[in-house]
Amino acid sequence: MAVNAPQATRSNEILKFLTKAWSWLFLILVLLFFELWSRFDGNTRVNTFIFNIASVQSVLLYATQYLMMALGLTIVIISAGIDLSVGFTSGLASVTAAVIIKNLTGTLPDYLSFGLAVIGGILMAMLFGYFNGLMVAKLKVPSFIGTLGTSGVARGVAFLIAGGSTVAIKNTVAREFGNGDLLGLPIPVVIAAMLTLVFHYLLSSTKFGLYVYAMGGNFNSAVRAGVNTTRLTISLYVLSAFTAAIFGLFYMGRFSGGKPDAGDPVLLNAVAAVFIGGASLTGGSGTVMGTVIGALILAIIQFGLVFIQLPPFWQFIAVGLVIILAVLIDQFRDRLIRGGGSGEGR
Amino acid sequence: MSEPLLAVRQVDKRFGGTHASRTVSFDLYPGEVLALAGDNGAGKSTLIKMISGVYTPDSGDVFYQGKNITGRNPQDVRDLGIETIYQDLALADNLDVGVNLFLGREKMKKVLGFLPVLDRKLMREEAKKALKNLGIIVNDLDIPVRYLSGGQRQAIAISRAVYWNAKVLIMDEPTAALGVPEQREVKELIHRLKAQGVGIIFISHNLVDIFDVSDRILVLERGRVAGERLISETNDDEVVKLMMGAA
Repeated sequence: MAVNAPQATRSNEILKFLTKAWSWLFLILVLLFFELWSRFDGNTRVNTFIFNIASVQSVLLYATQYLMMALGLTIVIISAGIDLSVGFTSGLASVTAAVIIKNLTGTLPDYLSFGLAVIGGILMAMLFGYFNGLMVAKLKVPSFIGTLGTSGVARGVAFLIAGGSTVAIKNTVAREFGNGDLLGLPIPVVIAAMLTLVFHYLLSSTKFGLYVYAMGGNFNSAVRAGVNTTRLTISLYVLSAFTAAIFGLFYMGRFSGGKPDAGDPVLLNAVAAVFIGGASLTGGSGTVMGTVIGALILAIIQFGLVFIQLPPFWQFIAVGLVIILAVLIDQFRDRLIRGGGSGEGR
Repeated sequence: MSEPLLAVRQVDKRFGGTHASRTVSFDLYPGEVLALAGDNGAGKSTLIKMISGVYTPDSGDVFYQGKNITGRNPQDVRDLGIETIYQDLALADNLDVGVNLFLGREKMKKVLGFLPVLDRKLMREEAKKALKNLGIIVNDLDIPVRYLSGGQRQAIAISRAVYWNAKVLIMDEPTAALGVPEQREVKELIHRLKAQGVGIIFISHNLVDIFDVSDRILVLERGRVAGERLISETNDDEVVKLMMGAA
């Protein structure tokens, strides 16, 4: 049964490469754009965008925010689901942790109350993640609607716990956690980098990761392989809530306070980072490294626009356009490979 | 003939008021292709699901290599060597051939002496061998299987089963979604499996296909066995009459 693979022409190969590597190229383009602008415009305080430590640090901090929320989201999206609750579960985590610290200040040393707050914040978020997972896996609620519901619940609970506004704290360890440096890099960036490596390993090299891809590609293939799809699905939403909680804790450390809607403005960018990174809404594709690139692109746009002193509202336009571009390229790539030969598809 | 590979004895199943299977019995021998024919609702699906462990019969037994396997769960039944290939093939379309062949029984290796990682290369190489054994050549082993043709995908689902030592293959309409050249490829593959001693239950609506590949035919009609014939001793007319309950 000899069936030949599509005979790809050279130009076809180049196109395929471009659609695969576009996010890298785009990253370079965006960097070049801001670099050239700052060199020739003369309005910026420093005349280089890339080669100054302040902008590198700022970009990394922005990217870290998106990435924390997007890491867990990446695996959920690969499994053909989505988690829209991370915006408010992260805020809920920040508020929960802040309230714990506030109540323990004076009774316990700072590092202890901070430690308990971290545990409390993460557990609170994971509880919501677990509920998301149960809904999607057991009750077969579509994740888009189900997590939107959870998002509302988390929002309400967060405001109730916080008493309607921000919860300010005084804790040296928390402040160091959000603002300190380690090896010349902000601590949140270092922690995010480590978590990214762990998630990359999980997704690309373990059975767990493989089953996530299988479930996203064809649910029945995972069932047939004997995968406990219920347990797997629940664990994905718990992980998603976990990384969202880390975002909330970074926020609490950085601003010395918990805020119920801390994560809300970041949700769109986090989702965008995942799709720019090559994920598709139908599931089965996407990578952690792709999401990292996506987060970096968005962070560069966000900070770059401030850097070159354009009105910040341009960022919404830019991010919106990049999302659309990402989806178009995703579709084009599929057609390109399909169009090449004998594949008649599903 | 030798011992039957699979022996189904008097299996009976009701769903509420519907008598989906009425004391059906048959045997399947190694290297034999048994066609299961019947109109929609004749009980073909119910019958194969009682073999594959999806349903448990109300009464009656299923024996595999002489052992009673009635009431085992689907995973158990497949581990024993009875594999059902449904029309959707249960392939992960976004993953490559190697991984699809090993999904659920992955090969791992250690990196840096302690970190376990998937051994994709080994799985790909093993997949290549497994496919070659069945005379299937797929050039692009590292692209997602959704980019392969329907016939190739069918072949991958079949070789996955055989690689894990399936002795009985139940194929649900394997040629239904395929073009004519690919139908021929799948039929050739069935002949090769036969030669290797695999017993095949072949479900099809297409009498031409049935007469092409089968040795025997079991016709079901409203849950009961309407007739069992050797392919060499029957013809289209008789089979159609049996299917309609007129013989």
